[in-house]
Formats: sequence, C-alpha cells, structure tokens
Amino acid sequence: MTDETAVGAATAESPPASIGGEVLIEVEHLSKHYGPIRAVDDVSFTVRRGDVLGFLGPNGAGKTTAMRLITGFLEPDAGRVRVAGFDLATDSLRARQRIGYLPENAPAYGEMTVSGFLDFIAQARAIEDAPRAIARVIERTGLSRVKHQTIDTLSKGFKRRVGLAQALIHDPEVLILDEPTDGLDPNQKVLVHKLIDELAADRCIVLSTHILDEVERICNRAMIISQGKILVDSTPEALIARAPSHNVIRLSLYQESPALLDRIRQEPWCDRLALRSPLLVDVYPQGGENHLAELLEVIKEAPISSIHLQEGRLDDVFRDITEGVAA
Amino acid sequence: MNRSHGRFTGLRAVFLRELKGYFSSPLGYIFIVTFLVGSGWLTLSRDFGRFLELRDASLTPFFTYVPWLFVVLVPAVAMRLWAEERKSGTVELLFTLPVTLEASYLGKFLAGWCFLGFSLLLTAPLPLQLARLGDPDWGVVLTGYLGCLLLAGCYLAIGMLFSALTKNQVVAFILATAATALFLIAGLPQTLDEIGRLLGSYPAQVVASLSLSDHFATLTRGLVELSAVSFFALFTAGWLVCGMLVLDRTKAS
Repeated sequence: MTDETAVGAATAESPPASIGGEVLIEVEHLSKHYGPIRAVDDVSFTVRRGDVLGFLGPNGAGKTTAMRLITGFLEPDAGRVRVAGFDLATDSLRARQRIGYLPENAPAYGEMTVSGFLDFIAQARAIEDAPRAIARVIERTGLSRVKHQTIDTLSKGFKRRVGLAQALIHDPEVLILDEPTDGLDPNQKVLVHKLIDELAADRCIVLSTHILDEVERICNRAMIISQGKILVDSTPEALIARAPSHNVIRLSLYQESPALLDRIRQEPWCDRLALRSPLLVDVYPQGGENHLAELLEVIKEAPISSIHLQEGRLDDVFRDITEGVAA
Repeated sequence: MNRSHGRFTGLRAVFLRELKGYFSSPLGYIFIVTFLVGSGWLTLSRDFGRFLELRDASLTPFFTYVPWLFVVLVPAVAMRLWAEERKSGTVELLFTLPVTLEASYLGKFLAGWCFLGFSLLLTAPLPLQLARLGDPDWGVVLTGYLGCLLLAGCYLAIGMLFSALTKNQVVAFILATAATALFLIAGLPQTLDEIGRLLGSYPAQVVASLSLSDHFATLTRGLVELSAVSFFALFTAGWLVCGMLVLDRTKAS
C-alpha cells in the first residue's frame, strides 16, 4: 500500500458505526490557528455514549489543541463545539459541568494534600455531597493509602491517579484524557486501562496516546490526526486490516522447494510471494483477505516447519498514513 | 450539582483554597514575620520612625513606612498568583472547571487582600501600646488603617496584573515593585515640586491626583474623603479589569 492510497482511502472512508448511544460531543468545522500554524484545521466529528475514541497522531499534530477546544480551555477561531447539548461558546459553564478532563501531565496544586485538592475540585464543581463523592473517587482510583499526603511528594503514577480522580469526581458523561498513561510503568498502565474499561459503558471517553497497542486494547474507535486534520476515523480492527502485512502468511521450510513456491504463485488468490531467505517465504493474498484454508490445501505434503498468519501492525498503518501527509 | 451559573461561579471555592494556602505554606508565615518585624523596626527606630522620641500619641511613623514596606512585600505575595498557575499547568485545570475567569481572579484577589488585612490586624499591639502611653485620636488611627488596607488592595491588583503577564515570578516581582514604587513616589512633595518646576503647576496637580501617596495622606490625616476612597476603589478595579484582560490572552500560552 503506498502512502497516497493510504491517505486517499482514509478520506473516502466513512466514520465507524458507533455503539449507537446519544451524541455527547458534536464538533463542527472547528479551527484554531497559532499564527501561520493550523493546529486544528476545519475538523468535524461526533462522539456518542459508549464510544472510547483514541486520538492518534505524531507530536504537534493538534491532539492537545483539539482537546483544549473541546474542554473550553481554548476558544476556537472558527467552528462550534457542543457537549451534552450545551454550546461551549454560549453555555460554557453548563458544558464544563458535564466534562471530566485530565490535562497533559496531570497538573495539580502540589502543595495541597490529595484529599484537600479533591475537596477543592468538589467545591468548585458545587457537588452537593462532596465527602461521599471524594470517598468514592478515592476508592475507585486507589488513592486511600496516600490521601493525606501532599501531592508534591507522590510518585508519577499516583500523581496521574490524582488527575484521574479529579476528572471523575462528578461522575461526568464526557471524559477527556490527554495521554492518561504517559510515563507510567506497565503495571500502572494496566490499572488505568482497567479503570477506563469500567468507565466506558455509560459515558463517552476521548483519549490521546502515542502507544498504539493501547488503542487496540481499550478503544472502540480510533482517529488519526496530523497537521490539524483528521486523516482516518475508524475502528482499531479496521485500521489493522489496512496494514500491508495483514493476513500475510509466513511459511518456514525445512528444505528448499521451488516447485511448491510455483504452485502457490499460481493460486488465483495469491498476489505475490516475498522470499525473506531461501527457507522463509511471505505469501501476500489478493486484497488482504484471509486465505489460510486454501493455502493449507496447497501445501499439504510440502516440507513446511511452521506457518504463521500475520495480523498486521497498527504501527505500520500509522506510519503509512502520517508520513504520507508529512511528505 | 447545578446551582445557578453566573459571572462569579466558583469564586467561593477559589477564595477559600487560596486563603487556606497562605496558612498552610511557609510563605504566609514568612510574610507575616517579615512585615511585623519590618514595620515595628521602622516605626520604633531612632533613624526612621522615632516613635518613642516624638512623644506624640499618634501612629504617624507607622503609617509613613507601611506604604514603603508594602512596595516590596505585596508584590512578593502577588507574584506567584498567576505565574505559578501558568508555569505548573494548573491554569488549564482551573479554567476547565465550571469557574469563570472573573471568579477565579477575584477569588485570588480577595483571599490575598484578606491575608494582608489579617497581617495589618496583627500590628494591633502598636495602637494598644499607644493607648497606654497617651491618648491617641482613634479616628485618625482607624482611617490610617483603612488607608493601609486600601493601599494593600491597590498594590495587590498591580502585582496580579504582572503575575498574569509573565510565567517568571522574579520578573513579575520586579515589574510590580517598580510600578507600585512609581505610583507612590509620584505623589511625594519632592517629586511634585520638581514636576511643578519643570512643567508647571497643572501637570503637578494631575500627577498628584493620580498618585497613591496623596490620597493615602488624606486618610492618615483622619479624613475619610469620598474622593480618596473612590480613587482607591477605582484604581484597584481598573488594575483588576486590566489584569483579567491580560490573563484571558496569556492563560493558554
């Protein structure tokens, strides 16, 4: 797949069918410029209840700016954002009541204790039963052990959890998380993934990340952004299916067999063969479809030591799409 | 969850957080100690206030030096108010809460002003001692304190604007100190004489009416003139509004 076809296919593709909940975020023709730089360039999309949308993109692609526009921290140069039906331009406070936001690097007032900080957030959000909301969110994010500690003394993992706690304290319908797992160790990442899984059912979540595995693991929708534009809006599965190596079958032979390779080449579904070494062959199917069953028929008595059906890697798709634009 | 939404939504939460902050960090205590030691020394010293030598039951020496002490100390309180929020990124947290810019700006200002007022209250032993030594004019003492409080509000509003202007606290401190000193020096008799000599009496009158020291002097003489009080109120409000406009432009940069 060349770069051009990747981008061309991306723009022609329609957004994935969401789970079908009500629309919670509506973005229409949103633009934000910094001087000559178009951080967000005429972007439109909607996010529904039940969606876990991953923003992917190279550094400086406009992910953070897009999130700052959706949360009302920045005002757009053009376009409109509605959150849970409230227009950010005219009804900003009502919209913000419905958003939980974890900004990049999870900023917090370092001199405050965890519970003092959460109490401030609860007061600022005018939560009626603040002590109960704080206890619930401390429990949910596993902060009980450190709740009386000042935030400055916490490890990075705990600081991130404090950031998540303040974003969740009012049980928001819309959750915006800017790199929620950045800088966390693998165990802490799993905890955050689990938390997002638990939260996903009855709200919509938009998160940005660099880690493509994370998108496969927790998102049901992925958007690739570059230079302020949406290049792809799809599901992680559909994205993987566009990898050049999707459904490629790798055969290891224990002795060379040109006759076998010829036979495979003549199969109608076979696009081409790639010889990695005399004993290692990649079989590319037509149209990236799965033809493992047909191949097994052909190689019944051949000198094969192993067969491996490749899924394709999101990294390759990501690189194809984003480099195609940068070039 | 949905209380009324107005221009000042969230003011109370920000105010309380800030006010608690002064008493849960060393900064607040360092300020109070420095202010009390500084004002006490300047008032009693034989080189400056000569409070005891004057044998006069008034707080004039104290009210002479407090404005100068505030030139250094109030910008030290104000410098972190926005610069720190912007540097640490908490400004993004604050302005994505259902809190308006006006509410958080005023919340911080009022908390700082209350803290400065509390510091002034701690100088109460001075007038109490005065009452033991003689028979002070309590009206003058009270209007003097009112003047100090209003002056502190002006300085704080000036300092907050510079704190909103730059992420660097040292730069904010220096600019605020320079600006407050300028508004104080402009009203000194020496300055006004010089301006009068160079430019004529009308410009000197204009400068005097715009300076802080002239209006402050009115109050320390025991006169609560509407013009002086409204000058302080307008001056503070002007700097606050300008500071909000500055912050609205700089908050995301």
